[in-house]
Amino acid sequence: MYPSDLKYDKEHEWVRVDGDIAVIGITHFAQDQLGEVVYVDLPSEGDSVVAGETFGEIESVKSVSELYSPVNGEIVKVNDALGDAPETVNEDPYGEGWMIEVKLADAAELDAMLSAEEYEAFVTEEA
Amino acid sequence: MTEKLAHTPPAAPARGPRGLIFEIGAPESRCVEPPALDVPEVDLDEVLGGAARVEPPVLPHVTEVEIARHYSHLASMNFGVDSGSYPLGSCTMKYNPRVNEDACRMAGFSGLHPAQPVETVQGALELMVGLAEALAEVSGLPGVTLQPAAGAHGELTALMAFRAYHADRGDVRKRVLIPDSAHGTNPATVTMCGYETVTIPSDATGGVDMAALHAALDTDVAAVMLTNPNTLGLFERNIIEITRAVHDVGALAYCDGANLNAIMGVTRPGDAGFDALHINLHKTFSTPHGGGGPGAGPVCVTEELAPYLPGPLPVLRPDGVYDWQVPARSIGRIRAGYGNFGVLVRAYAYVRALGAEGLAEASEQAVLSANYLKERLRGAFELAYDRTCMHEFVLSGSRQKREHGVRTLDIAKRLLDHGFHPPTVYFPLIVEEALMIEPTETESLAELDRFADALIAIAEEAAADPDAVRSAPFTTPVRRVDEARAARTPDLRYDPAR
Amino acid sequence: MRHIPVTCEQREAMLRAIGVSSVEDLFDDIPTPARLGRPLELGPGMGEMDLVAHLRGLADANEPAAGLVSFAGAGCYDHYVPSIVDHVIRRPEFFTAYTPYQPEVSQGTLQAIYEFQSMICALTGMDVANASMYDGATAFAEAAFMAARVTRRDLVLVSDRVHPEWLDVLDTYAAAGTVRVRVADLSDGASAAEAVRAAGAGDVAAVMVANPDFFGALSELGPLAEAAHAAGALFVVASNPLLLSVLEPPASAGADIVVGDGQPLGNAMSFGGPAFGFFSCIQKHVRQLPGRLVGRTVDVDGNDAFVLTLSTREQHIRREKATSNICSNQALCALAASVYLAAVGREGLAGTARASIAKAHYLRDRLLATGRFTPASDAPFAHEFALRFQGDVAAFQAAMLERGILAGVRAAAVGSGRHRPAEPALAADDVVVLAVTERRTRAELDLFVAEVASL
Repeated sequence: MYPSDLKYDKEHEWVRVDGDIAVIGITHFAQDQLGEVVYVDLPSEGDSVVAGETFGEIESVKSVSELYSPVNGEIVKVNDALGDAPETVNEDPYGEGWMIEVKLADAAELDAMLSAEEYEAFVTEEA
Repeated sequence: MTEKLAHTPPAAPARGPRGLIFEIGAPESRCVEPPALDVPEVDLDEVLGGAARVEPPVLPHVTEVEIARHYSHLASMNFGVDSGSYPLGSCTMKYNPRVNEDACRMAGFSGLHPAQPVETVQGALELMVGLAEALAEVSGLPGVTLQPAAGAHGELTALMAFRAYHADRGDVRKRVLIPDSAHGTNPATVTMCGYETVTIPSDATGGVDMAALHAALDTDVAAVMLTNPNTLGLFERNIIEITRAVHDVGALAYCDGANLNAIMGVTRPGDAGFDALHINLHKTFSTPHGGGGPGAGPVCVTEELAPYLPGPLPVLRPDGVYDWQVPARSIGRIRAGYGNFGVLVRAYAYVRALGAEGLAEASEQAVLSANYLKERLRGAFELAYDRTCMHEFVLSGSRQKREHGVRTLDIAKRLLDHGFHPPTVYFPLIVEEALMIEPTETESLAELDRFADALIAIAEEAAADPDAVRSAPFTTPVRRVDEARAARTPDLRYDPAR
Repeated sequence: MRHIPVTCEQREAMLRAIGVSSVEDLFDDIPTPARLGRPLELGPGMGEMDLVAHLRGLADANEPAAGLVSFAGAGCYDHYVPSIVDHVIRRPEFFTAYTPYQPEVSQGTLQAIYEFQSMICALTGMDVANASMYDGATAFAEAAFMAARVTRRDLVLVSDRVHPEWLDVLDTYAAAGTVRVRVADLSDGASAAEAVRAAGAGDVAAVMVANPDFFGALSELGPLAEAAHAAGALFVVASNPLLLSVLEPPASAGADIVVGDGQPLGNAMSFGGPAFGFFSCIQKHVRQLPGRLVGRTVDVDGNDAFVLTLSTREQHIRREKATSNICSNQALCALAASVYLAAVGREGLAGTARASIAKAHYLRDRLLATGRFTPASDAPFAHEFALRFQGDVAAFQAAMLERGILAGVRAAAVGSGRHRPAEPALAADDVVVLAVTERRTRAELDLFVAEVASL
């Protein structure tokens, strides 16, 4: 449920790092808590993201949650496919359900993020 | 009781939607036609400056019998107060007296144009002044505007008046404090009025956490908005201390009057130190909800705030003539016209019918009925706060969720099979799996008992056959609706091409 | 006791079940200083017969416009309402229901709203319409707020020929500084472009006009839309839904938001309320729309069903970040409009508009011929027009009233007077706005003209 090659934060985002590019999405736990995702509001390519600040919103039928960026950097790619198929976030949160790709300002800041194990312990406690 | 109810979907979904009004009738079908033209025709292209419509709008074409049957079928899919108990918390779904419906349709009321000279509308102004006086007496707040069209509109009116009041004192304030049990309209109103919302937690007994309130109160606070009794159905025991503390920092105290039905003739928000209150006439004063509106949200304020009310206000001049008057420091209009006048007529009729004693009795019975139901249900469900309640109380379905995987939503849907409208669910937000129940004074003891029996039966069924509860309802015109699909691929209008 | 079915004996039993000795005990939480301690001073209740007599007395103390030969319009119109309309909205399943939060037992209200949304879209040409607003004025103010959200700008340019009460309402809504309002002459493309330039094109969230305007005049919308869009602003049009049966829908001119007051569609004048505001926009901006929306979907058995949707915009979910604080709307009035539109149909609505327009043109020509009036404007108009009376308007209107004629609305008497039009002929104190509906007969028009001529 929490792939070991990813980094996590306590706002329930995950990050997959490839060189200086970070792919960001929300975790299985987050999508499960939300229920059926009906809309994802994402920023545009070229926008910058700031660690700890919101970069978008995700909606179920009766709730809205903010998406927090775990990293600093510039958005290089946005998953536009979620516009037509927001349910992908439920079905494949770590794959096709990704949200943004960020060119990292400083890859070192990832070190502060949680490992899969640490994150699982965190959500177990939260639940 | 449970055994008698259906557990499986009916064979044919005969009672659900049958097609849109656009899809019935023939192109040449007509219901009413305009009278024959008795003046010369005009060439629309010419007189409308070239803006005459080319493609006619896609509107229905039906005969009167088809209209009657279409809407009769739609009505048959609806549940109203006349259909059965409607214990929707904080909505006060009491009976809507029929004479009020006749009253607002009297030609002398319904045929009035808002721009008529005052000498032709003396009766209407007298009625409005009479209603305003009655609301002032019930609220203990002498200044009244009848303009706001709904509760949220009243909130906006009052907060704008607060803003003007502070501004007149050269006082720029930034924040409004709201308890975490508040209706969503409160914070949404705060934003529209250019303030920031600060949420104050509730304490263990369901009241405002006094320490948190005192900590948050400073001279940047413009107002505190409280619902009292609050959305847990509990009277704020510290209300005097709260309003005093609010005033001590120069802020104002606002009362969301959604729950006024509990306290008429017993206590008045003005006497408790509130500076302003909106009253939902469509709750406490029995005007119908109309499937979402129209309502009316008159605002009552202290003498100090009265100069800021939106105008014009109906007044009785010393010479005995009713007239319009704009308050000296008025925030301006909050809508066109003078208010939802037809709703005001109904509320006025209600006040006159019940009188002082009747209003007080309504509140007493509403509180008695709620406490009675609470006692009947205390074994079957967890009580969010085990105190004497006012006109409503909040149960939690968390035991059913924990032990049987049956959620409050399921319980609500199962109630439909028992012939009841469900209570308000998942509100207030601070109670897990909340069921907020407001029986109102217009339910008989037999109905209260039937409702309690149904909820108890559902609690038993949740243990014995949780799947039945989770799959409910079975007997309604449609069953559970795919809301995710509605939101993912919005279909918001009829499109003949589709 | 009326409306309280619980008997005295049952009250005692209920108290025993609760374990208290009196109802007063249930109010123990109320601190003494907050207690009223005396009966309300409201007088005794009334039996139904006396109540009806009392209300009848108040109603009869009025002289309703609907019983006069009325030419009062200015946002509220004396149209004929077919009998079927009131019969439908008096069905208790409709009028005693709450907001349709439980779709399984609210399909009637939900489908009716869906059909209403469809009809408003048909009239305005917009993609999306909500379930209603309080009235036209508040819909107009909400449009300004919505344009500010969409464009992330805060200045709205508003035509000085919009209904003065609507301008007042917009001022009130904007008083907190969340939106800045500039009222300007936006009567044609050139003046709109100039106003946008003067305001600073990059700041303008919306160009907002009424068509027809308060004076009944029609403008060419295309150039106004261009002026708005050139600055990256939205183009907001307020219109009369009944006239949209014969007027090009504002969508074709490039409107982004179309609002208005729905009273002309099957709602009694009722002293100005309740009727409803309608609010529609293009698809792109649907997530910034205020108010409720109904969508079509299916239930678990795959059958057609309707449900409130895109609710995350609204106050009960998004709270301080909601698109508006609106909760209760004017659903039953919107239902009346739907039934009205079904009853008159597309030809009937256009026929009603055409009749009103023909009669208005007939009347204006003849009033001018009396020599008592001069035109306040030469712009094209539909069923309402502005004239300047040569003399004391108040005395003229009083004299007409004695003859059973409500001789229009004096423009300068409407609203706070804060925003008079820049055009002197419209701003003058002697301007009278006259509306003519299909209810006025030729005989009544001729009578009015004769009375004017005989002054």
